[in-house]
Amino acid sequence: MPKQIVEIIMPQLAESLVNATIDRWLKQPGDMVDMYEPICELITDKVNAELPSTARGKLVKILAGAGELVDVGTPIALVETEGAASPAAEMPTAPAEPMPASEPVNRPAAVQASPAAAFDPDAPMRARYSPAVQKLAADNGVDLSRIAGSGMGGRITRKDVLDAVTAGNRGNAFSAAAPAAPVEAMARMPEPPRIPIVEVDEGQAAPGSREYAIDVTPIRNTIAKNMRQSVNEIPHAWTMVEVDLTNLVELRNRLKDGFKKQEGINLTFMPFLLKAVVGAIKEYPLMNSVWAVDKIIVKRDINLSLAVGTEDSVLTPVIRNADQKTITGLAHEIHELARKTREGKLKLSDMQGGTFTVNNTGTFGSVLSYPIINYPQAAILTFEAIVKRPVVIGDMLGIRSMVNLCLSFDHRILDGIICGRFHQKVKEILEGFGPDTKLY
Amino acid sequence: MKPLHTEWLSRIGYQEAWDLQKRLVGEIDREEREDTLLLLEHPPTYTIGSDRHPEHLLFGTDELKRRGIEVFEIDRGGDITYHGPGQLVGYPLLYLDAVGLDLHRYLRDLEESIIGLLADFGLQAGRKPQYTGVWVGDEKIAAIGVKFNKARTRRGFVTSHGFAFNVKRGVEREGFQGIVPCGISEYGVTSLEALTGQSYGTEEIGRLIVSHFSRVFGYEPVVTETASPHS
Repeated sequence: MPKQIVEIIMPQLAESLVNATIDRWLKQPGDMVDMYEPICELITDKVNAELPSTARGKLVKILAGAGELVDVGTPIALVETEGAASPAAEMPTAPAEPMPASEPVNRPAAVQASPAAAFDPDAPMRARYSPAVQKLAADNGVDLSRIAGSGMGGRITRKDVLDAVTAGNRGNAFSAAAPAAPVEAMARMPEPPRIPIVEVDEGQAAPGSREYAIDVTPIRNTIAKNMRQSVNEIPHAWTMVEVDLTNLVELRNRLKDGFKKQEGINLTFMPFLLKAVVGAIKEYPLMNSVWAVDKIIVKRDINLSLAVGTEDSVLTPVIRNADQKTITGLAHEIHELARKTREGKLKLSDMQGGTFTVNNTGTFGSVLSYPIINYPQAAILTFEAIVKRPVVIGDMLGIRSMVNLCLSFDHRILDGIICGRFHQKVKEILEGFGPDTKLY
Repeated sequence: MKPLHTEWLSRIGYQEAWDLQKRLVGEIDREEREDTLLLLEHPPTYTIGSDRHPEHLLFGTDELKRRGIEVFEIDRGGDITYHGPGQLVGYPLLYLDAVGLDLHRYLRDLEESIIGLLADFGLQAGRKPQYTGVWVGDEKIAAIGVKFNKARTRRGFVTSHGFAFNVKRGVEREGFQGIVPCGISEYGVTSLEALTGQSYGTEEIGRLIVSHFSRVFGYEPVVTETASPHS
């Protein structure tokens, strides 16, 4: 069996790993290394990790020194193995890979053993070119089968590819007709997250610029993070019911002037809605819960988060123990939280402990929304604009004040049946408000 | 479920705890010992991780001596951090198989344990995408830095180092004023007491974190109450 040179590759040690820094080498050229023996230490984020060898033999060359930041998939060292020492070395190369025409059949081949195999036994073996070379070739449209390698054992190096690119730029035609094989090989690698490339003109430097940049404020950043986390982690499902508020509209119109005089604040529809939500949560407490992977935590306190918009953000102050409050009590709480929000006087304690969120999207005239759950709660309900619509009642048409209530829910915790019943309960309570309803 | 051997070591010097960690990692590697979670407190200490930014240590040698603070350059990921009384330090020494191993997943799970603990206090903690650790608002309450030691007898890794969770009010001022914590200058540091206004002991919080840690990592905790488990 001839000796073989095996490449040790920077492995994909984490799904989100794009690159890692080599902290120090534990083995030096000339040292013997065993399969899975640590050969160097890597640093990524807050982790130090010892990198195991994926081959047994003699370390012949270190390709990336201490302190170097190395992309996943890049070779960092070469190990000379004795024949069948490396199982990876026995794997056939991918059939789709074109054989370099000039390669003598019997010369020792540079076979790469992807350390990814040590972590994922199902990982496909990528063929005889290193990923870095493949990527460089793919990016530049270079056909690797047309290049003579100058590296160890005839291996094609990055420099060879770059030389070929330069040659191509001088007029060689082959690069344009490159087959897609290397690109396909690359496509199997997990895509690192990409930041979209956006050209932004800096400030006043470019007169007549067609765009400008807005700095992301800390609050914007928090909103962005929470929304991202909610959408990433929670499988959202959505449903909507129509509610006939005609009786409630009449009730409110009758009471609002007296209420304003007595309480000093406006009587809106929100306290009625909150009352209805609280009543329905009491009947279906699972709506008031949090997903905790191996269990669902149901909260005994009903603390309603209220989405309150400001000019440039949305905050969700909390009405604690909303179930213990009357409609008037809720009206005062809503008024107070809205005032504090607008004046920027919310305290951290005003924002914490919410268990279910209500959003009054109707304020902006919306009749339909698809809200994102206020993480880590289980559901969010929107109260859309009240509009007069022709409605079939019995076999007659009537003009009624209608509103849509939209519900997004965490489908890990809640299913359509319970949400449907919850929704119906809210509707039932809201439609039940009428002349006899007590505000105190 | 796998058992998790849990020990409260109370106050222990950094060097002593570090040596203990290295010894236990070897024992776990050789399957002479079950996966272990060490919980403890350090005397005032700065540790500098592999990012090595000495400029983030703001005190000079004399000032350090005057304050009685030791400095160690160690083999965990991350930059400089502070340990001291009133801070709960956890060193999970776990064997993790190489198949399906995800280094970052391990960090996220450590964070998850602490986020779960804080939720018990009604605090909504979270992560900052580029900054490992646990944050409440823009303030850091727990620092994380770990090492994956390649197992010598098996294919996987044994973890060492871990997390430092600020419990007592004042920790955030005492030690962290001397450094730029983890090299992050624009954000502050906080503690459980500062956030809740209540008073807690580190050992008490250590007990609470065991259940969250076990839940997240899938262990059955076995708590050992020995006076000197490292003798």
